[in-house]
Amino acid sequence: MALSNVLETPASGFNFENVSRNVALDGLLEGGHTKAPKPMKTGTTIAGVVCKDGVVLGADTRATSGEVVADKMCAKIHYISPNMYCCGAGTAADTEKTTDLLSSNLTIFSMTSGRNPRVVMAVNILQDMLFRYKGQIGASLILGGVDCTGNHLYTVGPYGSIDNVPYLAMGSGDLAALGILEDRFKPNMELEEAKELVRDAIHSGIMSDLGSGNNIDICVITKQGVDYIRPYQESEYKDKRQRRYKYRPGTTSILTEKIVPLELEVVQETVQRMHTA
Amino acid sequence: MAAYMSASRLEHAFSTNDFVPEWAQEEVSTGTTIMAVEFNGGVVIGADSRTTTGAYIANRVTDKLTPIHDHIFCCRSGSAADTQAVADAVTYQLGFHSIELDEPPLVETAANLFKQMCYRYREELMAGIIVAGWDKRKGGQVYTVPMGGMIVRQPVSVGGSGSSYIYGFMDSNYKPGMTKEECLHFCTQALALAMERDGSSGGVARLAAITEEGLERRVVLGNQLPKFSNA
Repeated sequence: MALSNVLETPASGFNFENVSRNVALDGLLEGGHTKAPKPMKTGTTIAGVVCKDGVVLGADTRATSGEVVADKMCAKIHYISPNMYCCGAGTAADTEKTTDLLSSNLTIFSMTSGRNPRVVMAVNILQDMLFRYKGQIGASLILGGVDCTGNHLYTVGPYGSIDNVPYLAMGSGDLAALGILEDRFKPNMELEEAKELVRDAIHSGIMSDLGSGNNIDICVITKQGVDYIRPYQESEYKDKRQRRYKYRPGTTSILTEKIVPLELEVVQETVQRMHTA
Repeated sequence: MAAYMSASRLEHAFSTNDFVPEWAQEEVSTGTTIMAVEFNGGVVIGADSRTTTGAYIANRVTDKLTPIHDHIFCCRSGSAADTQAVADAVTYQLGFHSIELDEPPLVETAANLFKQMCYRYREELMAGIIVAGWDKRKGGQVYTVPMGGMIVRQPVSVGGSGSSYIYGFMDSNYKPGMTKEECLHFCTQALALAMERDGSSGGVARLAAITEEGLERRVVLGNQLPKFSNA
């Protein structure tokens, strides 16, 4: 098949063409023995707290696909800009791509305007996008950051609603985490105390929720910079591998060896100068 | 519970999440109590502070009184996402309009902007809004724009799921010609009654008085709300 251009530049934004294909495939697969894989969700516990010197974000590291743990060391705290990080709960792919898009847009903005992006701007961009897709993008995000106007913590829901609060928890383990936060949160806490509070909140989510587990990541954002501690605490229930599953070189013995040189002839040579100044 | 029909809503792909319990899977709603009262020289507006996702309270300290312009506010009820988006759009349109005219905008203009958006997109939106403010021409005004996109000016208006419980109180206790303090007291009592009976309303009572001088905000905490019965 002859194509005028092999790579088509995609229209901006998301492309839902494969949705109808997936629906058709689902119909075919249901009849057979195989089932379509369930999308990977971060059934998760994420939390954030505003303290005196900055913002502390925390997350567990389990990603599930149905009843199976798909990723034991999933990174749920996504980089947005040097002064902002975003925790994501919901469909893993949606949170990844949404935060990636946001990060790219903010980088371009800060280059063209010469300003450091503010947290309200990031939140507005997220809200615009999620509202436009009317909840089809399953991303519940906690955005925290420090900018010239102060320390901020926002949550953006999948339908595009935002809330600005001093402490938050989202995901399937949010009720457990929120219990800890409601009990022990105080405004203007010290950094160490805030880190312990977030750790305890995530820990309670991990203990009480099946969709959360494994390790705890903590991200501390202050005016001086970011401390992304991954993992802050490792799970006590780590497996120890029973055997070594790597084979040392020489395990498979070589019986014969035959070398066939490829005879190539230079037919045409073109030199294209690139201006890389 | 949150008083809305889900017939016109799209199926949410997101809510089929195995780990989110059934009772927390709905869209974020400000199932709410909002109200506004005119007095001579301005308006008093009030709202509760509860935002729910199904039966879970997503935010217990929400601010549903959103500034649209210096002397114009709106009280939001319905879907949190929809009302935030509409309020943002109208804020932009009104600000632009005000700069063009080089004059503070009229409350009636703001209310009509809300109406145009809510009526045009009536099938997609779930938003019940009360627009209230002060302008030089007509003083304090309250316009209600319920779901569907009607607009009507009323001296006193209540909205949201909790409003059903306080129509009687409103009809019997509102008197024209009240002062600002009397209006604030009236609103506090009405909100307290609604928050007591409606499951989707609660938290703190947020009030604001808008006059020519500007804005005065008040918060009445949960334990300071007036009590009406010992039962």
